[in-house]
Amino acid sequence: MQESAAAHAFESEHEATSTGLPNTKLAMWIFLASDVLLFGALITSYVVYRGRSVVGPYPNDVFDIPYTSVSSFVLLASSLTMVLALAAVQRGDLPRMRLWLLATAMLGMTFVGGQVYEFTTFYDEGLKLTTNLFGTTFYVLTGFHGTHVAIGILMLLSLFAMSFGGRITQRDSLTVELVGLYWHFVDIVWIVIFTIVYLIPTGR
Amino acid sequence: MEGVGSAGAEHEVATAPRGGGRWARHPSPREYVRIAVVLALVTAAEVAIYYLDWVHEHGLLIPLLFLFAVIKFSLVVLWFMHLRFDSRTYARFFLLGIAGALTLFIAVLLMFRTFSG
Repeated sequence: MQESAAAHAFESEHEATSTGLPNTKLAMWIFLASDVLLFGALITSYVVYRGRSVVGPYPNDVFDIPYTSVSSFVLLASSLTMVLALAAVQRGDLPRMRLWLLATAMLGMTFVGGQVYEFTTFYDEGLKLTTNLFGTTFYVLTGFHGTHVAIGILMLLSLFAMSFGGRITQRDSLTVELVGLYWHFVDIVWIVIFTIVYLIPTGR
Repeated sequence: MEGVGSAGAEHEVATAPRGGGRWARHPSPREYVRIAVVLALVTAAEVAIYYLDWVHEHGLLIPLLFLFAVIKFSLVVLWFMHLRFDSRTYARFFLLGIAGALTLFIAVLLMFRTFSG
């Protein structure tokens, strides 16, 4: 019953597209593909200049792997709460959807708060944006990622607020799915950053 | 996990047509939790091998880290982002972006002779 309702909602809203797919979802995937290129360029810059700083602090001087690992777990957990929010809205359980959306936003805020703390610590240890090649590429890459997370949090909180005004219902599950796609994208970018920037050691 | 349990393990929702007019399904909440547990375990393994000396000594750290990252990336994209279940058109666009980024990555690293140190 719920399945046919969701299918009917989809048909009534998206039947007319030339691809047979919702335009908004296709647009989101194209946007994410372009964002892959943006982060690809930033990660490439980091890798090209890794180990080429002539003055410190170097990555090994400032990185705190246990701390960043906890941040990674937090972001992974937020991906779970995001899909649970989507599953909830798809079955019409709006209270549960609100709960999971709020949990996702809170986990996202925890991640961004951790990043702000990390940046502050690094700054206090002498690593500024212009200190060396490591500082420049690291702050730009992780800063762009943090900005993406912050935008995602705003989207999540907007959905949360809109759901109280009746603007997010079971029929609008596609909207929640689009925000979810963006959120998971932020997660997969972090998977790459965590591996390449934090875990792969550099000479200095 | 009350919300997960009450969601019903077998609940699946049709959301978008796949090629041939079939309705794609999304995983159940229980499936989502299983994927999240695997992701957490792989992340724990990533961090653990970082501290294992013999992994460093045998030159296994970087290959293993890349393997783990690919596993995590694939799990999130295929299950949480539903590419395994949705229209392949989305996957094609996304793969195009990844191919472009990888091409850029390899070309620039070759240009800067990063591989040769």
